[in-house]
Amino acid sequence: MGLLTTIDYQNIFTRVQVRGPDDLGVPIAKGIYERGTKASHNYWFGKIGDAQVGPFYLGVWGLLSIACGIIAFEIIGLNMLASVNWDPVQFIRQLFWLGLEPPLAKHGLNPFIPLNEGGWFLMTGLFFTLSVLFWWARTYTRARALGMGTHVPWAFAAAIWLMLVLGFIRPVAMGCWCEAVPYGIFPHLDWVQAFSIRYGNLHYNPFHAFSIVFLYGSVLLFAMHAGTILAVTRYGGEREIEQIVDRGTASERAALFWRWTMGFNASMESIHRWAWWFAVLTPITGGIGILLTGTVVDNWYLWAQHYGFAPSYPPVNPPVVDPALLPGAR
Amino acid sequence: MSTQIKSSIRFGAIAAMSLGLGLLLAGCQQNPPEATQQNGYRGVALEQVQSPKILAKLAEANQAPEVVPPGDRTGPRASQVYQNVKVLGDLSETEFTRIMVAMTGWVAPGGVSGSDEGQGCSYCHNLNNMADESKYQYQTARRMIQMTREINSNWTNHVGATGVSCYTCHRGNPIPAQTWFTGGGHPKNLADGGGWIGANNGQNLAGKHVGRASLPADPFTPLIQYAETIRVTGKTALPTAKGETIAVAERTNALMNHMSESLGVNCTFCHNSRAFAEWKDAPPQRVNAFHGIRMLREINANYLAPLNTTYPATKLGPEGDAAKAYCATCHQGAQKPVNGAPMLGEYPELGAPRP
Repeated sequence: MGLLTTIDYQNIFTRVQVRGPDDLGVPIAKGIYERGTKASHNYWFGKIGDAQVGPFYLGVWGLLSIACGIIAFEIIGLNMLASVNWDPVQFIRQLFWLGLEPPLAKHGLNPFIPLNEGGWFLMTGLFFTLSVLFWWARTYTRARALGMGTHVPWAFAAAIWLMLVLGFIRPVAMGCWCEAVPYGIFPHLDWVQAFSIRYGNLHYNPFHAFSIVFLYGSVLLFAMHAGTILAVTRYGGEREIEQIVDRGTASERAALFWRWTMGFNASMESIHRWAWWFAVLTPITGGIGILLTGTVVDNWYLWAQHYGFAPSYPPVNPPVVDPALLPGAR
Repeated sequence: MSTQIKSSIRFGAIAAMSLGLGLLLAGCQQNPPEATQQNGYRGVALEQVQSPKILAKLAEANQAPEVVPPGDRTGPRASQVYQNVKVLGDLSETEFTRIMVAMTGWVAPGGVSGSDEGQGCSYCHNLNNMADESKYQYQTARRMIQMTREINSNWTNHVGATGVSCYTCHRGNPIPAQTWFTGGGHPKNLADGGGWIGANNGQNLAGKHVGRASLPADPFTPLIQYAETIRVTGKTALPTAKGETIAVAERTNALMNHMSESLGVNCTFCHNSRAFAEWKDAPPQRVNAFHGIRMLREINANYLAPLNTTYPATKLGPEGDAAKAYCATCHQGAQKPVNGAPMLGEYPELGAPRP
């Protein structure tokens, strides 16, 4: 086992697929439900990862999460279907345009409002949020049950933070559910554009800028790390964790490659902290940027001009004056 | 077969597929696909992206009609020669006849197909008594002439010296091809009038007049007809007063989409898009557009909307309102309607009434 008798590696392009007896994992303390003991194999999964499917653990949190998720999904879907007068053809045709809008502005933060004036939206928000939080509890308890660290649940929590800022925390701070994001493909994109226009161009929000840096940085780190490891798999580099404590030639070559090309290398361990923090800081900074918008800053362009954050450019056109300010304006 | 040959074949197949895909995509492109014109400081993407192919089609579709030869301005006034001439009575007889001939070609050359509303002169007139005002078209035409003269004399900050004629909107159709009714063509929704599920607040369908976006389908009723505020962006860096909601901002966004589509231009034609609200760096076209919006508000309120009592019910919108004008009514996809043909220069009769 583990003998490198061939340079073939079990990755996406391999022609070799290993099938052993089902691997049911390490022994763990008993939970409320016995962990699933059924597993099967799928040839196509084996092409892109592990061919073994299962065992699957549903548990209380999983069950609650899926139930709440289905309720939210159904409310959105049925509202969309009703909005095209229950016409299945129009439902498919206009699916990307359909949406469920947040409550009307006149209702403020009142949670008890007519279904069709935002009640459905609030109900969806409640069940959707519960579903996500239950799923978070599931990732946490399952990680703990396996004796793992809780890095995955906390990374997930960073995304939940952004979601809660958009749909709950900021609307509460603004005093109106109407500030929440609609559900729907194009409706939520149009919301983003209108949001940016309303608050004077979100690109001048420094936290939006941070979020973009971490997002693009995550992509860059992902490509650099994945590229490095794939490039040294022929020397056993895919066994990254072993290489942390027992640095082998794969690790040494990878490190030297980066020192040669950019003078510095992350270590086999630190690269994963780089990646984790970049990924996690994307929604954390983004959420801060959204939360400040409208509550603390009303026009990011004017704010950025004030602090010298937005540059000025030489005029190209003859200057124009707002005609509404001129005498006799109508 | 050796591994080497196999991998060569695989490489060849992938290369051939890539080449084929490349050729397929290249075949979809015209050359050049679009032309870019810079209209702001370099490097800030203030530019117009336009397709020469579409521009050529638009120029073709917006050809001005042949000009009716000008008439003698002297002689007795039309109001003295003909009966019941309440507008254009200040013209000479030949000028009056000239406008009547031109109007026939502009508005009702062929009449309405499949209707008994008549064509040519008879679309508006009772041919047995040209002064008879009983046809609704006659009453409408009178009001429309007043509107045209109002635009040409009091809205020069939008139409300039170019001016408008009936053709600017009608293009040979008794009813201009591009108009709007309250509701924006949104199909009736179950939730309209207080249902319990499926309300979409007049948006979230491919909006016919707003660039097929899921934005509000009818931004015109609130923003043009009721002249509600279009300016939604925060006016100060920090919040000082309760600002507009995102739903209100989406309405403005929808109106701007309409303007962009109607003129075949990008946002940057009128705005410095890094700060949509700022006038300081805005291209001068924005001033023209500002007056265009005010012009629409006036002509819809004073001329077009009140015609709902003149039109037969079949000509009204689903809410019982008359067809109204928006940017597309005149512009029809082109930056300058009718390729900028000098309508007022060619037909000075349509200017301000002469004393």
